[in-house]
Amino acid sequence: MAHDEDVAGSERTLYPYVTGTSVIGIKYKDGILMAADTGGSYGSTLRYKSVERMKVIGKHSLLGASGEISDFQEILRYLDELILYDNMWDDGNSLGPKEIHNYLNRVMYNRRNKFNPLWNSLVLGGVKNGNKYLGVVTMLGAHYEDNHVATGFGNHLAVPILRSEWKEGMSFEEAVKLLEKCLLVLLYRDRSSINKFQIAKITEEGATIYPAYSLKTFWGFSAFQNPGQFAEGTW
Amino acid sequence: MSSIGTGYDLSVTTYSPDGRLFQIEYAAKAVDNSGTVIGIKCKDGIVMGVEKLIASKMLLAGSNRRIHSVHRHSGMAVAGLAADGRQIVTRAKSEATNYERIYGEPIPVKELADRVASYVHLCTLYWWLRPFGCGVLVGGYDRDGPQLYMVEPSGISYRYFGAALGKGRQAAKTEIEKLKLSELTCRQGVIEVAKIIYGIHDEAKDKAFELEMSWVCEESDRQHQKVPDDLLEQAKEAAKAALEEMDAD
Amino acid sequence: MFRNQYDTDVTTWSPAGRLFQVEYAMEAVKQGSAAVGLRSRTHVVLATVNKAASDLSSHQRKVFKIDDHVGVAIAGLTADGRVLSRYLRNECINHSFVYEAPLPVGRLVVRLADKAQVCTQRSWKRPYGVGLLVAGLDELGAHLYYNCPSGNYFEYQAFAIGSRSQAAKTYLERRFEAFDKYSAEELIKDALFAIKETLQGEKLTSSICTVAIVGIGEPFHIISEQAVQEMVDALETREEATAEQSGGDMQDESGNPDAAAPMEEI
Repeated sequence: MAHDEDVAGSERTLYPYVTGTSVIGIKYKDGILMAADTGGSYGSTLRYKSVERMKVIGKHSLLGASGEISDFQEILRYLDELILYDNMWDDGNSLGPKEIHNYLNRVMYNRRNKFNPLWNSLVLGGVKNGNKYLGVVTMLGAHYEDNHVATGFGNHLAVPILRSEWKEGMSFEEAVKLLEKCLLVLLYRDRSSINKFQIAKITEEGATIYPAYSLKTFWGFSAFQNPGQFAEGTW
Repeated sequence: MSSIGTGYDLSVTTYSPDGRLFQIEYAAKAVDNSGTVIGIKCKDGIVMGVEKLIASKMLLAGSNRRIHSVHRHSGMAVAGLAADGRQIVTRAKSEATNYERIYGEPIPVKELADRVASYVHLCTLYWWLRPFGCGVLVGGYDRDGPQLYMVEPSGISYRYFGAALGKGRQAAKTEIEKLKLSELTCRQGVIEVAKIIYGIHDEAKDKAFELEMSWVCEESDRQHQKVPDDLLEQAKEAAKAALEEMDAD
Repeated sequence: MFRNQYDTDVTTWSPAGRLFQVEYAMEAVKQGSAAVGLRSRTHVVLATVNKAASDLSSHQRKVFKIDDHVGVAIAGLTADGRVLSRYLRNECINHSFVYEAPLPVGRLVVRLADKAQVCTQRSWKRPYGVGLLVAGLDELGAHLYYNCPSGNYFEYQAFAIGSRSQAAKTYLERRFEAFDKYSAEELIKDALFAIKETLQGEKLTSSICTVAIVGIGEPFHIISEQAVQEMVDALETREEATAEQSGGDMQDESGNPDAAAPMEEI
């Protein structure tokens, strides 16, 4: 079988084009909560402002992605087929978040070994048989699990907040507040984030992706008042 | 009735002097010896039912599945050799996934039936293969509404309002023809199919049986799935009651 | 009537719609020495009769561990059985590698069954001449399956295959309804009894019988010969007690064989 690589010389992902920024995920009392903004950047332009970067996978899992949006869509196709075959067995068994996390790890790692990565950082969360699961897979095929995770800028800005303020068994409201705190910091400091977020929840009962909403921001800092005070003409 | 094909019936690539392919006809006999399989097209969907004959008491309920989902919107019920049937189901699943990958929409039921029929037919063309010993009902719901097809071991495939395969097919077809299918909903259809299967089951000749049923209709959100347990129980009760009424006469 | 003409090729149907080569392959299973399987809600037990070619040789291996959660017992062409065991092990390991979770038994047996079916539909192949009792555990509980050369597979509460297996099946059919609630020990006991039925008078010792078990909290393993012999001995003591008691009590209706201790008789 003639592969595209053989015919064209070489085809591999060199750089991403339309990208999503951070995804944050935390475990809470009833399951997992995930948050991401709905922006798709084309380089430095905020081209798309209603991109859903979190999707429900099967009965037990949620997948959030940062990075190349088209690669995320491709991953969703792979998972869709995986889940379809899993459902068609109709034998009481089903793929849980752990299995899906591992499957994604295999896919990402094998692609990177061929120097043709899927340019994403994935957050996979879910609940099965009472067990909560939250993990990350990067485009290099590195993977890990934790009680709280984030991708992209979230690693630098959100994780420190989560490390100091996350605790076991948070209620839904507490968890959302924590996520919003992180999202706000990211909104202020990450230039590719936009003020339109979605929160997604998954529990034993099922998954919900809430409609997008915005956070209140505050720009009335004294340092921003009268910027030209000490430097004529600046803004 | 059927002439003995001695000498011309050892290979599927040999015609008999009167133009028949006996190996295919023999394969069809394997279907005729199996438990009855029924499918009907109601006004809002398809219902399929299988009379699964139980060979041993120690067999677990739900074992030996005969109805399989082929995609979200379609499924297949198998009559004849169960092992052969699974090969056909596997092929159908892969055809359905392939179609969606290329065209971006679920495979139309007619297309699926055609592909399954082609595959079954393929195995009647080469001497190193043998015809499948199973007939298959393909039921699904697509843009053109609910459709039911039957594929026979010869590779023939037609679209049906009502179809039956296996031991009790003649009796089943008679019963199906009595139904006013265009007025039945799938909910009612499930009860009717259960009644027919219970009715044609031969207590004397066959041992116990298990009823397996599936549907794809508006109520199931156009997804192919097993009939929900409560409805299945309801159907079995109705069927048993109908039997007793018949016996009472 | 037509048997002879239509039974040389696996790709030939008989006029009655049968595949004789496949049926002959199932005969090969019946020629092999017996294997039984029993299942409770939490455990599955496999037991086999191991024949040795002579006193000088070792016994044929009939029980194979496939993964921590699955094992098989075979009857028929043991060489075919080994090849299929290797296939099963491979499938389990591949699944574990991709999903980091054990392959559900129900899905494993379907792969095996489909592989077996292919061999019944190609002129250059022959059906596998071995029947497998697959015992395994998954999220849904304990399972016992029987895979036959035809490519069919069934899930059972208890089953027996191989020579004189009908005796074991009869024994199991009488008692299988209670198996769900059995403890592991009771399951093993009944497995040994079932094996005894197939021996038709020959003495049951651990040297001719292999027992394996898998269950919740217990990965698949073959029970040591010593432990098996102890269980066999315990069985026989109980049997003798039952025999003595019913022999001694002429007037009483001995309902419960466990009631009186053996020493109290005679």
